[in-house]
Amino acid sequence: MARMASQPSPARLGRSRRFNPRGWMTRHLQVALASLGRLARSPLASMMTLGVIGIALALPSALHLLLLNVEKMSGDWDSVASISLYLQKSIETGQAEKLAKRLEEEFGIAETQLIGRDQALAEFRAMSGFSEALGSLSDNPLPAVIIVRPAPGDESPAALERLSGRLGALPEVEIAQLDLQWVQRFHAITQIAGRTVWVLATLLGMAVVLTVFNTIRLEIQARQQEIEISKLIGATDAFIRRPFLYSGFWYGVLGGLLCWLLVSLSLWLLHAPVARLAGLYESGFALSGMSLYALLWLLCASTLLGLTGSWIAVGRHLRRIDPS
Amino acid sequence: MIFSRSGKRRHATHRPRGQRMEEAAAATVEQESALIRFDNVSKRYPGGHEGVSNISLEIAAGEMVFLTGHSGAGKSTLLRLIALLERSTRGQLHVNGRNLTRLQRRDIPYHRREVGVIFQDHCLLHDRTVFDNVALPLVVSGLSHGEVGRRVRAALDNVGLLQREKSLPITLSGGEQQRVGIARAIVSKPPLVLADEPTGNLDPELSREIMALFERFNQVGVTLLIATHDLDLVRKLGKRTLVLAQGRLVDEGLAHG
Repeated sequence: MARMASQPSPARLGRSRRFNPRGWMTRHLQVALASLGRLARSPLASMMTLGVIGIALALPSALHLLLLNVEKMSGDWDSVASISLYLQKSIETGQAEKLAKRLEEEFGIAETQLIGRDQALAEFRAMSGFSEALGSLSDNPLPAVIIVRPAPGDESPAALERLSGRLGALPEVEIAQLDLQWVQRFHAITQIAGRTVWVLATLLGMAVVLTVFNTIRLEIQARQQEIEISKLIGATDAFIRRPFLYSGFWYGVLGGLLCWLLVSLSLWLLHAPVARLAGLYESGFALSGMSLYALLWLLCASTLLGLTGSWIAVGRHLRRIDPS
Repeated sequence: MIFSRSGKRRHATHRPRGQRMEEAAAATVEQESALIRFDNVSKRYPGGHEGVSNISLEIAAGEMVFLTGHSGAGKSTLLRLIALLERSTRGQLHVNGRNLTRLQRRDIPYHRREVGVIFQDHCLLHDRTVFDNVALPLVVSGLSHGEVGRRVRAALDNVGLLQREKSLPITLSGGEQQRVGIARAIVSKPPLVLADEPTGNLDPELSREIMALFERFNQVGVTLLIATHDLDLVRKLGKRTLVLAQGRLVDEGLAHG
């Protein structure tokens, strides 16, 4: 104050001062760290809020992951999408072999497997327990069967149905049987499950926004005096908004990380029982965890939710002490 | 010091709206002499009560002016209008060459930064140190860390509280708290400082100290407008005094001891 106060130049307002990106970055970094420090200073309250956010996010994330695993598992069942061609009984094994070759060439089929009449009888005898009854038959009642695996990319229910129709029309084929119903039902169920995950994610995402909103609202109330005084001495709305937005940001980021931790922990707990079950089915299936990409996605979403909650809270309270 | 008592002059210098910007840029002589100008300004609250009615006055840059009157006479309202803590409902109000009646909402903070305000109840943050309280206006303006430290210490030195910078306001006496409030008002070197009953809660000895402080600021060019009902003190200083009663300006002149 020892200096003469500068004469005001009337047209100039501080707002028109040149933008300084470095100072701007420094200020933001300071505010971000200060907001983080504020969370750390009341660890119990912060942990409770973060816990709610983490659990709310973990539920849809875990379900989504489960669904991905189920889909992966169903991918192992390629045999589901196969067509069994029951040939006319008059067709002998040699003719059937030729037919199988022809099918591979003409219909763009990935693989065929021929079960000759004798082989079919032997298998049936071994597995059905009717061996004695079969022995009394003078003739082999079973036809030769060609099992067709469609080329990859032709596995949609509609394409399978078309292929099955064409194969069934061949003169050598008596019946073409496609076990499609099961595939369709499975598809429908996973679709419902997928939709459920999205509905749940939306509802719980809203819960996260409300949680952050309420937390920030309380923080604003606690710092009411500071906000008022800052406004009195010329703080802009952006300046006042900033620490609260960063609080929301941190709630989002940390809540997202906590969610990831919870999901990983749940997977770890499920790992052994799943491996045992897979062993019983002689399958090498193992639960896969969250990919890096999914983690990034989760963090972005949770950050956005946190910011949204704090933005709404701040917006509602900012205008209160303005001159009207 | 210039004593501007040119209320009559304003009709002669009335300007059409369109020229406002050019004149602002040109900074005419008339504007330089009048830091604050009220033209028939009224503030009516919802419900019909008028805080101030039809006030016209001018205060020149570099003046030190007292504002007196009974409680509820409109002293605080007048100050609040100048700092844009409230907006006038009628008339034209120019401060610092700026027409406050037309200032947009987003420009209000930048105006407030050019007006230092001292409140009777100090309005300090009790969970922050003296240093942080005084630094607030500079932090709000986005000054660099080093610059903030330098200026805050200069302001605290000015009010004689340099050695208390790490104290919490609650540990200070009433007079010291008021001086922290003063340091905060002057730390950003505003051309205009408003004080609302700055000595309201202080004993005569401390009041005199505070007034001496104000006189020192005034000597280095700060314009001061001080609302007070401590008439003895006002008379001793012999400065220009505006008297308000029921929201109206009823007397204006030099107070004599």
